[in-house]
Amino acid sequence: MISITRRRLLIGASLAPLAAALPRMAFAAPMFESINMFIPAAPGGGWDGTGRAIEAASKSAGLIGGFQFENVSGAGGMVGLPKFVNQRKGMGNALLVGGSVMVGAGIANKSPVTIKDVTPIARLTEEAGVIAVPASSPFKTWKDLENALKANPKAVSVAGGSAGGTDHLLLGMLLRALKLNPKDASYVAFSGGGAAIAAIIGGQVSAGISGYSEFAEQVAAGRMRLLAVSGNKRIPGVDVPTLKELGVPVTAANWRGVFAPPGINAKQKQALIDYMTALNKSQAWKDIVAQRKWSDVFLAGDAFAKELAEDIAETEAAMKELGLA
Amino acid sequence: MSTFDALMGGFATALQPGILLYGVGGCFLGTLVGVLPGIGPALTIALLLPLTYKVPAAAMFVLFAGIYYGAMYGGSTTSILINAPGESATMVTAMEGNRMARRGRAGPALATAAIGSFVAGTIGTIALTFFAPWVVEIALAFGPAEYAALSVLALVAVSSVLGNSTLRGLIALAVGLLLGFVGVDLQTGQPRLTFGAAELLDGVEVTVVLVGIFAVGEALFLAWQGHFADGEVMKLSGSVKLSREDWKRSWKPWLRGAALGFPFGALPAGGSELPTLLSYYAEKRLSKHPEEFGKGAIEGVAGPEAANNASAAGVLMPLLTLGIPTSATAAVILSAFQGYGIQPGPLLFTQQSGLVWTLIASLYIGNVILLLLNLPLVGLWVKLLYIPSQWLYAGILVISTVAVYGAGNSLFDVGMLFAFGVLGFAMRRLDIPAAPLIVGMILGPLLEQSMRQALVISQGDWGTFASRPLSASLLAIAAALLVMPRLVSMLRKAPRQESPASDARQ
Repeated sequence: MISITRRRLLIGASLAPLAAALPRMAFAAPMFESINMFIPAAPGGGWDGTGRAIEAASKSAGLIGGFQFENVSGAGGMVGLPKFVNQRKGMGNALLVGGSVMVGAGIANKSPVTIKDVTPIARLTEEAGVIAVPASSPFKTWKDLENALKANPKAVSVAGGSAGGTDHLLLGMLLRALKLNPKDASYVAFSGGGAAIAAIIGGQVSAGISGYSEFAEQVAAGRMRLLAVSGNKRIPGVDVPTLKELGVPVTAANWRGVFAPPGINAKQKQALIDYMTALNKSQAWKDIVAQRKWSDVFLAGDAFAKELAEDIAETEAAMKELGLA
Repeated sequence: MSTFDALMGGFATALQPGILLYGVGGCFLGTLVGVLPGIGPALTIALLLPLTYKVPAAAMFVLFAGIYYGAMYGGSTTSILINAPGESATMVTAMEGNRMARRGRAGPALATAAIGSFVAGTIGTIALTFFAPWVVEIALAFGPAEYAALSVLALVAVSSVLGNSTLRGLIALAVGLLLGFVGVDLQTGQPRLTFGAAELLDGVEVTVVLVGIFAVGEALFLAWQGHFADGEVMKLSGSVKLSREDWKRSWKPWLRGAALGFPFGALPAGGSELPTLLSYYAEKRLSKHPEEFGKGAIEGVAGPEAANNASAAGVLMPLLTLGIPTSATAAVILSAFQGYGIQPGPLLFTQQSGLVWTLIASLYIGNVILLLLNLPLVGLWVKLLYIPSQWLYAGILVISTVAVYGAGNSLFDVGMLFAFGVLGFAMRRLDIPAAPLIVGMILGPLLEQSMRQALVISQGDWGTFASRPLSASLLAIAAALLVMPRLVSMLRKAPRQESPASDARQ
């Protein structure tokens, strides 16, 4: 067994990188010889997808020579983050993919290393949250749901991702905006989007909160009805009002971006910002963003750092109100 | 007939030489990752995801289908031969399968697993082809209350894997339940039993515990025993083929396993472990040879292995009809769809019908390829047992370590692997069964979380478990299974106690 499996293991192991390297086209003078891409999540998830999309677009635009990926998953990025901070300190060609989930996870777990310890480079994409009900629900409009919440928030069960995540925080902010106690939220946490969707379309809960893309297909098939979206603007092509339009002053979105390690100098930081700016302008990146139905919210450098600081403060306040921080 | 026509269209695409090659490659790779402890289909497919930028969608999904089914076939091999299940779904197969191997019947055990996988995989795929929309509607009727009831039912079935000593079995179960609680609590976001280690926030990975306790524990136990060279582990005797008697005892468990496994795959939680456990329980109860269980009963291999493969087909139902992933592998396949700009959902069958039917057709083809691949391999696999065990287990140790490190890039996981290896060794020494521990780890969180979800929905009213018809029926079945055997034996015993008295009177 050993000789056979070892040989096959070697063949299998050598196949993947070979195939991945197939059309390596030669372009003049890439911006970086190689980039170390650190994904603090498992392969196949949202952050991983963002990282691989950066790789694909950078390669076809000739921006980067090659990529090395490392995935360290766990606890909303809180397992990978300390590793990135310690091992990549001062490296000018290392990037970490992260986002709003990481902000909340750092606060909830009282992690010693948080998103504040890395260098913000650029925010790339975001996705607004949506509030949905089963197609069979008696709640036809947001007002119906709002009235039910005001009558007794505990009687309106709302499904979403893990406690303290973006979905839970949005519900907390909603209740606060409706002058209710966020701690009265009847929040039902599910692990993984699939279980939450099944509970919503099966009518097991009154409503559900998630990113738009998770629910889009269920809405298109008539199994779910969207009542409101949490972004600043309506989602293009989706005829659902924002919470602001409905008189509820709440906005929230799940954003994703890239960060550099701590301890890099101003020149190294500027080089990475230039790279991300070039990536964002490339047609290859625009094509991927359109194909995945992401919304492009590019914001680089200090402007991003300022927004991030505000986001952290807001999240902290919202989590305190839910009794999670 | 349109379903049939569409399926034929799928076959036409999947049988194109260029695409079929991907299918064969997938089956081969899948069997391999199934055989290697600690490497599963989810990880393999995830590692191949970057290919979505290079390979056409149809070929990619045929490859994935091959890996997915292949891993289910291959997983039983290491379970049976060396008692080192690589996935929790094949753990139950290991219980009887390895006993059979120890009695020199490794060949028939592997054969009944392979043929059972084919039978159940094909039944599951046929059911997926024709009944998917209906089964999924039933699955949607399962809410948190029903999952809690289902977990209780499964806990009753745990009694069948407790082993000779109930107390030892319950100790293992309790340790498993405790391990299941480690990590951030889903409903409150608070860490439990993590002792400040960030690596434990997501809980203890079942695969690490499984490979640690079984594969590493077994290796340590053999090292402790010290006598390697005499080939004490297992001797081969008899045919590697199934005898007429084996066929007779296998076909019903295959069908029952398929019937149990398929619907469970469709449930948005529940996975493949519950049906294998329930199948084992059912076979032990229904067998004409209950005394053979624990010593290598072929029914105990045939049933759970069939259930395992049928549930693999069932998992694809909610994925293809609703876009809902119900297992780690399904979640990775989902992200592959997204890599091609396809949003899997209720409209997938209409918008991407060509692709979906190619995928389904390739499942039929994959099953045939895997049977052809695996039956001849039975003869080869059993020869592995001629390898001196120090070589074999050294290899297993290396592969387990590499697999666990590779899955998470974490030395912490490797440390845990060996810690659980030591625990597995201690349990072997003290004759504590390992299966209840793994079952506890899987059932504990499912029961706890779904119970709390149900109570949030019902605003704290415990009556919800009794007032919902589905949940109430499941609980009633659990109660009946628990009480009936005792009641029956009490009723049987009662007249026996009377008879000596009546004898005396005469």
